[in-house]
Order: sequence, then C-alpha cells, then structure tokens
Amino acid sequence: MALVLRLSKIIENQIDEFLDIASESGLITKKAIDNYLKENRQEFNTRLERVIDYERKADELRTDVEKQLYMRTLIPENRGDVLAILENTDNVIDSMKHTLQLFSIENPDIPTKFDVLFNELTDSSIQSVEWLVRSVRAFFKDIKSVNDYIHKVGFYEKETDDIAVRLKTMIFAAEELELSSKIHLRFFASSIESISDCAESVSDRLAIYTIKRMI
Amino acid sequence: MILFFLSSGLFLGWSLGANDAANVFGTAVGTRMIKFKTAAIIASVCLVLGAVLEGAGATKILGELGAIDTLPGSFAVAFAAGFTVTIMTRLRLPVSTSQAIVGAIIGWNLFSGSPTNLTSLTKIFLTWVLCPVISAFFAMLLYWLTKYILENSKIHLLTMDAITRLALIIVGAFGAYSLGANNIANVMGVFVPSSPFQDLSLGNIVHISSIQQLFFLGAVAISIGVFTYSYKVMHTVGKDLFRLSPVTAFIVVLSHSLVLYLFASQNLRNWLLSNNLPALPLVPVSSSQAVIGAILGIALAKGGRNIQWNILGRISSGWVTTPIIAGFISFMTLFFVQNVFDQHVYHETVYSFPEVVIERLQEEDIDGDYLEFLSGMEFGNIRRLNRYMNEIGLREKEIQAKVRYFSALKEMEISKLLLRQMDTEMFSPRQLQTLNSLQGSVFLFEWELIEQLAALSAEWHYREDTEENLAHNRELKRQFDYLIETFRIRKR
Repeated sequence: MALVLRLSKIIENQIDEFLDIASESGLITKKAIDNYLKENRQEFNTRLERVIDYERKADELRTDVEKQLYMRTLIPENRGDVLAILENTDNVIDSMKHTLQLFSIENPDIPTKFDVLFNELTDSSIQSVEWLVRSVRAFFKDIKSVNDYIHKVGFYEKETDDIAVRLKTMIFAAEELELSSKIHLRFFASSIESISDCAESVSDRLAIYTIKRMI
Repeated sequence: MILFFLSSGLFLGWSLGANDAANVFGTAVGTRMIKFKTAAIIASVCLVLGAVLEGAGATKILGELGAIDTLPGSFAVAFAAGFTVTIMTRLRLPVSTSQAIVGAIIGWNLFSGSPTNLTSLTKIFLTWVLCPVISAFFAMLLYWLTKYILENSKIHLLTMDAITRLALIIVGAFGAYSLGANNIANVMGVFVPSSPFQDLSLGNIVHISSIQQLFFLGAVAISIGVFTYSYKVMHTVGKDLFRLSPVTAFIVVLSHSLVLYLFASQNLRNWLLSNNLPALPLVPVSSSQAVIGAILGIALAKGGRNIQWNILGRISSGWVTTPIIAGFISFMTLFFVQNVFDQHVYHETVYSFPEVVIERLQEEDIDGDYLEFLSGMEFGNIRRLNRYMNEIGLREKEIQAKVRYFSALKEMEISKLLLRQMDTEMFSPRQLQTLNSLQGSVFLFEWELIEQLAALSAEWHYREDTEENLAHNRELKRQFDYLIETFRIRKR
C-alpha cells in the first residue's frame, strides 16, 4: 500500500511538472512573439530554443507517466482518459512550438501597425492555454472547478477568433501590401489562432471525462 | 459416511463461494484494482472467521423453521437447495441460497409432518423484502457522503486511486466476513441439530463447539469455491453484469456488507437493543439482492434515471418461485432417500399423555374435554397427533403447539459420565451445582427437566419477556437445548 502511495506521488509530481511546462511554454511563446514583433531576434531565438526544449521534456514526461500507469495498472477506470488528456495537452505545446518555428523559418515581414492586434491575438490565445492547464489540474484535484475553467477556455477561444477576424480584415484592407504578403500574414494569424482551437478541443474532451469522473 | 452426508452442504458451500464472493470482490478484481489471488486469500480468511465467530446468529431461525434431526434428512435438504440453485442458475433465473434452503426446509416439514413455524417464516419473508430496501437506503446515504467528501477533499486522482484500492480491500474483507456470518446458515444450518461433531477443548483455553467445527468445514467449502471458480464470476460481475466504477463498487460492497452483518450479528443486535435502537431479526439473506438493492439506491440518489424497474419484478418473483421449487425438490429427495436408500430422514417423536402430562396441561388452562380425549393416549408421530387433535375439535394452533410441547417424549438421563463429559464452560458454578444435584435422575419430558432446574435455582429461571431480558432468555434457551441434546437417550 505504501508502495502504491509512493508511486502515486511520483506520478502526481510528473503530471504537475508536465502541466507546469505547458503553462510556461505558453508564457514563453507570448514573450517570443512580442520579441519578434519588436525585432529582437536574439531574444526570440533563445525563447524558441526553450520552448523546443520544454516540448521534448513534456514528451518524455508523458511517455513515462503512460508507461507507469499501464505497468502498475493504476487508475484503471480513468487511465484512457488521463492519457488522452496528456497527449492532447502535449499537442497544444507542439502547436506553440510549431508556430514559433514558422516565425523563425519563414521570417514574415509584419508591418508595425499590426503589432497591437498580433499581440492581442497571442495574449488571448495563450490565455486559453493557461485556463486549459488550470482545468486539467482541477480534473486531477478539484473536480468541482473543472467546468468553471473549461468555460474560460471557451471564452478565450471565442475572443481569439474575434481578434483573428479583426486582424485578418485589417490585413486584407491594407492597400500597401501585396496579396502574397497578405496571405502570408493571414497564415501567421491563423497559426496563432490555432493554438486556442487546440486548447479548446482538449477542454471539450475534458468536459466529457469530467462527467465520467463524477461518481 | 458422515462426510458423504455432509457433502451436499459442502457442495452448497462451494457454489456459494463460487458465486457470492464475486459480489464482494467482483468489481475490484474485474477492474484489476486488486489481484485475484489477494482477493481470494482475504475473502477466504474472512469468510471462515465470520462463519465460525458469528455464524450462529442467523442459523437459529432456520432451526426454528424446521429442526432437521437426522443426517440423511439434512443431506437431502441441503442437496435439494444446492440442486435448485444449480438448475435455476443454468436456466438464468434469479436465485439465492437463502431462499432455496428455506424452501427445502419447508419441504422437510411437509414430508415429516412437522408444523412450519409461521412466525419465523413471516419474519424470514419480511427480511427478504427488507434486505434490498435497507441496502438501497444505506447506498443512498453512503453515495451522498462519499460524493461530498470526494468533491470537497481535493485529493489527487492518483492518491484517490490508492485510497480506493485500500478501501476496496477493507470493505471486501468486511463483506466476506459478513457473508460468512450470514450465509453459513444456508450451508450448514440444516446440519446443526444433527451435528456429527463433539465439542473440543484445547487445554481449557480454546473451546471449539461442535457447531463451530461444522461451520468451519462449511466455510472451507466456501473458500474452495472462491479459489476454484469465482475468478470467472468475478470477471463477469466486474465487466458485464454490474459495470461499476471502483468508488461506486466501494459504496455497493459496503452497503451490502452492512446489511448482511445487521442480519447476522448477535453482538450487534444485542448492542443495538441495549442502546434502545431498532434491531433486525437474524436471518440469512441474499447477498446478490443486497448488491442489486445498493445499485438501485445509487441510481435513485443520482436522480432515478435509467433504472430498470423490471429487475425488481425479477427479484420478487425469486422470493416465491425459489422456495416452491426447492420445497418440491426437497420433498422428492427425502422420499427417494427414505424409500430407496432406506435412511431415516427424520426422527419420529412419540407424543405421550400419561397422568403427569394431563395435569401439566390442566395448569395451562386447556379445556378438560380435550384432555379427557387425550388422557392415556400415545402417538407414534406428529402427523397422527395432529390428525387426532383435529378430529376431537382441538384446532387452535397455539393450543396444539402447547399440547405437542408438553407431550413430546424426550427421555433423558443425567448420568455421571455425561456430566463429566459435557461442556462446563457454558454454565455458571451455581447452575452446574444444581445440575450435579440431579445426577442419576431420569426425565421423560423436556419441560420436566427445565422446571426441575428452575425450582432448584433462580439462575435457571426464564425472565419476563422484555427487550432487556432478551439476551438472558436466549442464552438460557441455548443452555437448555444443549442439556437436552447431551442427556437425551436416543434409541436408534
């Protein structure tokens, strides 16, 4: 029994660490995009490296947790759900890394007049990730609060959609830009927007798993 | 030969272990929260403990329903119950050993012409109805309590998993203990009046009564059932039949175990009575129905959606059909054992009406006209006496019971040898002293011995029939039963 409890504690810590990584990756992504907009490439690259590093670590942690849960037949009833939550949250981290890598590779030329909306878009998208992490934590420890947090994820996802629409409208309204540049910028707006979509799809699953977890 | 006669009870025990242990550990094993081996070991140990330590409580009422007094009779009755359970299970009909054994005992009563104690039968029937109801009530309370704790304690899912495992082991152990205490009566209860064992004393420290030895044997059979066959049943229960989450399984098993314990434990009953709390009669109940009751309770607590009400119809049909089928099979088996194998399936009690019995019946205010008809008569068995009483117009059940009690011949001799061999631990020094003073005396009727002892010492007196005196009177009854059994001269 003591062994099971000790093992549970180890896995709990690993899950917490995984969620810390997800949350921190979001904050770094936000800062990195701000750095990019301010043309601070060195800082941007350092942050990108950190997110790549975090993503790798998150993968390792997730695989380890999965292995332990199966090997020790822990939480047999919720195991599948927990693994799905971790895998999908990992996808959110992936999508943040992917967005930053696109910035680094394609090096989009963003006129300064879009900075505010790009920053707002990033902020709102990362907020949805932040609330997703809280709702996942609550799923493990405070089941009653999960739905409150999921509601916030949904709110920020919609907010992100609105900002994205405004930004894309503004991009295509800019007469000084070539169509190719407009399409390129829209692509980056969509990429940032997709982070919140990804977060929302995890929270949708989480809502179902939460109902299953209620006794 | 003894083992052969006990074999039907052991078979019944095996089938109980194979089926009902799954009610206790099914979900835990089916969902792989606990390994089968761990569950089987815990279940077996606790079943044996429950049966040996507290199995006597629920056995008493079966004895009241019909005191089967020969081993071949007990064999036939247990066989009939076991056979009923087997065929009904094969036909996928709801069945419980408790209901089968009650039907089989009534079958014996009908065959031997013994009267069925309607008070006991009513008590048993009401208990069957009450069992799932109380279980549902407990499950509702436990559900709300557990839900409140889980939602407000903020325990991590994984820690909760570890706690749930421990909780399932603990309630499983309690469940197995309660199952042993409550259901050993079904397995070995019919063998109690004709127990082939002698009381054992190991160096005046450990005392094991013949009934405890009998229950131990039955519990071992149940344990074998757990080890040999319950694995399959546990996986069926855990995965298909009642698909429960580990936490709901905990609630279900705890409710089930509390109900079984309430209907089994003499100690708990005494404690409840001494604290002016309502106590339930000690009756063997169906473990599966307690589980179904608990599951319904949880469904009701969740708002009552998705309840399959037809399951209640299936349960209540079992209350009637099982005893009838078992009764019929029992009657046929007894007929077969008596006429084909030439075995005595019951002792013929002789009812005699010498002057002393007539005088004693007069004291009971029985009409002199009846007594005139009965005076000097002797009846070779209960059927003849009953027929005669009906012929002379003595039809009142209560008076008939008194006539039977006071005229039943039970010749006893308080011999020196038996006084030395008997279990003295059961009695107080004063009781033993008065008993020893009767050395060499011969009694023809049970009441003669009881009244003689009561005249010699207040410690042999029944007290007024009140709740506080219940335990004393029960104990005294047990002591008298023991004395009659010990000193009876049996002409085989």
